[in-house]
Parts: sequence; C-alpha cells; structure tokens
Amino acid sequence: MLSFENVGLRYGMGPEVVSDLNFSIAPQSFQFVTGPSGAGKTTLLRLMLLSLRPTRGTIHIFGHDAAALSKDQVTALRRRIGVVFQDFRLLDHLTTYENVALPLRAMGRPESDYRAEVIELLRWVGLGDRANASPVVLSGGEKQRAAIARALIVRPELLLADEPTGNVDPGLARRLLRLFIELHRLGTAVIIATHDLPLMDQFSFARRLVVGNGKVVTFDGVST
Amino acid sequence: MKDAVHDGRVALAPRAALNRRMPLIPRESVAGRALAAVIAIMTFLACLTAGGALLLAQASQGWRSDVLREVTIQVKSDAGDDVESLVAKVVSIAAQTRGVKHVRAYSAAESGKLLQPWLGDGLDLSLLPIPRILVVDMEGASEEDVAGLRAALARSTPQAILSDRRIWAARIGTMASAVVALAGATFALMIAAMAIAIGFATRGAVAANREIIEVLHFVGASDGFIAREFETHFRNVGFRGALIGGSSAMAFFLAAATLSRWLMDSAGGAQIAALFGAFALGPTGYAALIVIGAVITVLTGLVSRAIVFRHLRGLQ
Repeated sequence: MLSFENVGLRYGMGPEVVSDLNFSIAPQSFQFVTGPSGAGKTTLLRLMLLSLRPTRGTIHIFGHDAAALSKDQVTALRRRIGVVFQDFRLLDHLTTYENVALPLRAMGRPESDYRAEVIELLRWVGLGDRANASPVVLSGGEKQRAAIARALIVRPELLLADEPTGNVDPGLARRLLRLFIELHRLGTAVIIATHDLPLMDQFSFARRLVVGNGKVVTFDGVST
Repeated sequence: MKDAVHDGRVALAPRAALNRRMPLIPRESVAGRALAAVIAIMTFLACLTAGGALLLAQASQGWRSDVLREVTIQVKSDAGDDVESLVAKVVSIAAQTRGVKHVRAYSAAESGKLLQPWLGDGLDLSLLPIPRILVVDMEGASEEDVAGLRAALARSTPQAILSDRRIWAARIGTMASAVVALAGATFALMIAAMAIAIGFATRGAVAANREIIEVLHFVGASDGFIAREFETHFRNVGFRGALIGGSSAMAFFLAAATLSRWLMDSAGGAQIAALFGAFALGPTGYAALIVIGAVITVLTGLVSRAIVFRHLRGLQ
C-alpha cells in the first residue's frame, strides 16, 4: 500500500531533515510511528500524505510512484486517505457538521446525499449535540473528535493521525484509540504518530516504526 | 424530532436549524467590503460613461437628421433682375420638386435682419446686394432629393445657390463618433482597472485563506473546486458592488431626466436638452446599464477564478 525506498528530504540547501527511509506499510495494518519530539514524525506523515515531495528516493502509494503523479492524481489519491492533524485544522467559520462533511462536499456530493451519514458519524464520536457549534467553542477533546470524524467520513483506505491523543486525558485517549481500532477492523490501514509510549503498550498487536534524528531506528522491532 | 435524544444527551437541533452550507471562503472581510466599494464606484462611473455615450449618440443622430432635413437657397440678383419674380420662381420650382415638404422665402426685411448681429441697427440695407434666403424643409434626409432640387434650380434659375448642410452633418457625426469612441475607451480602461483591483483582492484573499486552501487540498478538494469556491465568493462581492453602482447610476439618470424636464423652460435647461436630449435613456439604455452590472458581476467571478486556479496550479 505504501512504501519508502531511500527517501530523503531537505529544505533548500539545508541538511536532510529525514534520510534513508526504507519501509513499507501493508494494507489493513495498524502502525505506530514514534520517536522523540523533533525526530521527524510529522515530516514523515506529510511525505505519506504527499504534501511534501522527497528530494531523493521513491515513495510508492496505492501502486503509484508518487513522483510521477499529476496534481489531479494526487487529489484522487488523497480522497482515499484520511488525515488527523496535530493541531486539528478545523475551519473556524464552519460548524462542526460542515467541518466533518468537508471531504464529501469537496468531492462534489450533494448535501442531501451525505447528511444522514455525517450525523451518524457525529453521534458515533459523541458530537451529536455539537453539530451546529463552531470549532471555536469546542473543547480540545471535542475538536480532536471532530477532526477524527472528518478523517473517517470518506471511509479511507489509509488513515494518518498525528498525535491524535495529544490534547486529551488518558481516558478519552483510550476511547479515541478504540475508534481507530474499530476502523482498522473495518479494513482501513491506520498510521498513528505518537510519543505516548504507555498508550502504545496497551495495543501490543500494532507494529511500531521508531524514528530518531530523521532516520528509521527500528521498524517492527528490527533495528535498521 | 427523532434525533432529539441520543445516549441520554441532547442531540441534534431540528433539521431546519442545522447550519450546513456556509461558504468555504469566509463571507465577511474588510478586503471584501473594500472591493465591493471599489466595484460599486467603478460600476457607477462605467454606467455614467456608457449612458452618456448613448445619450450623445442618440442626440447626434437627432441633430444630423434635423440638419439634413433642412436646406437653404440663396437667390443672388444681378442688376436689372426682378428679385421678387426670381424668388417666386424658385419657390415654385422647389415646391414641385420631389421630396420637398415646405418652402419658406424670407422677405427682404427678414433677410436683412439676419445680418443685424454683424452690422448693427440703423443701417440702410437697401444699398447692399443682400441675397434673398429661402428655407426648404425636406421630407427626409435623402441625398437624391437634394440633388434633384439642385439640378432643377441649376437648369432654370442659375442665380439660386442651394446649400445643404452635409458637411456640417458629417462633422457632427465625426465629432459624436469620436466622443463615443472616447467613452468606449474610458469604459474599457475602467473595466481593466476593475479587473486589476479584483486581481489584487483575489491574491490577498488567497494569501489570507491559505490555511483553508491547504485543508481543502488535504481533504481531497481539486484545484477546480477551490477556484469555484473563490469564484462564488467574489461573484457575490461583485454582485453587491455592481448592484449598488448600477442602481446609483440609474437613479442619477432618472434624477437628471426629471430635473431636465423641470428646467426645460430655462435657457440653461434648453442648452443641456439640445446637447443630451432630455436625459431620456429609454428602456434600451436602462437595459444596457443592467447588462453592464451583470457583466461586471460575472467578470469579477471569472477573473478571481482564473487567478486562483493559476495560483493553485503553481503550487507544488
């Protein structure tokens, strides 16, 4: 589904912020990406999301060479990927309902077509009563759940989540992770970037990709 | 109200109250209001220019028609000629010529009076060889009819010289065409200036909404979708501006027409009426102003869409 071969990235003439990344993610897998702050986790996710182009190496995603993709093809692939940002990236001038429905609206689907779907998902993440609320008045946990709901609404084949439990208490963190596990059971490959080791320990079935100094230190328990 | 309670919590608001189709580009911003004001002013000026040009074109058509429908005959008498019988002969020939509606011969006193502005009062004009003037109203502005009259006079009364006003009509036409062309150029410059202002505002909006664009890209929005959202946003801004500017221009022309009717009897009013008519744009003129407003609205949307699309295509 997703593979990195000798991938490196530098900004301008600076040093490589990530280098020699070699790994592959299988379909329907559950993967943690971990490492200390500043190790390159977010950069790695942005490379996976095709929002950054590597300066060397090859990324294959859904069977395509990322370097050869046109903009329209990138758009089409992004519709198969759900993403949860560390800072949520909810649009403050839209309601929670509109934020969650955004990917479907961007696909050009009529509102009447997806309304029930969005409402059901809002209920599922416990935001049924906050549909009309602006993100500005949502708590950190509610924003987190709205961002997750927005990522899930398209039933993605691949879910990328950057520190999805970073702003919530441990109880809510476990609940949110159960949400991801549920999604994984339904067939989605889940990649979660986190540095919350105790949380990862609760999900021993998940594979771990450890990043340090811009390189993959261990992948699934094997040092690289 | 089936959705009212879920898991013991107050659930969704009634369906009608669910806010679900806000524009993706925030509607209200200072830049948006400023652009609407610029478009309103430009639309007002563009409508004034177009309306003024229309009025002038209509008035020039009227002037030319009036001028061409009237020709003048001068009867110059040599020593020994019976002027009165020559004038009577010319009147008779003119009256029988095709296309002539009415002939009026100025008396010697009236012909002399025409020179008063230059020669003053109290001069004995009988000592001067003043030609007699005849004014002929033609039924239309046909060149053939005037040529027929000229030929008939040349055959029978060589002392009669016909003077039509085609040179004047041509000059009026040229002047009016030049003014209309100038108005057209001014109009085009205003539209160009407006397009540039829209371009700046769009680039500003793209920069201000960079985060929204980024999120839209990440959730799978195509460049075309994002450009369409900007187009809708700016078309609405353009509509607001064009509505205000166009309505103001219409109000101006209506007020000018009313004022012109009130002042018609005064000397100044008559001069203005001679130049612009009664400021009566007519249904076609007002329809033209509506079309200008509509074109500006559509143009605002299309220009911003093209700029956003080009900007997005340039992004990695």
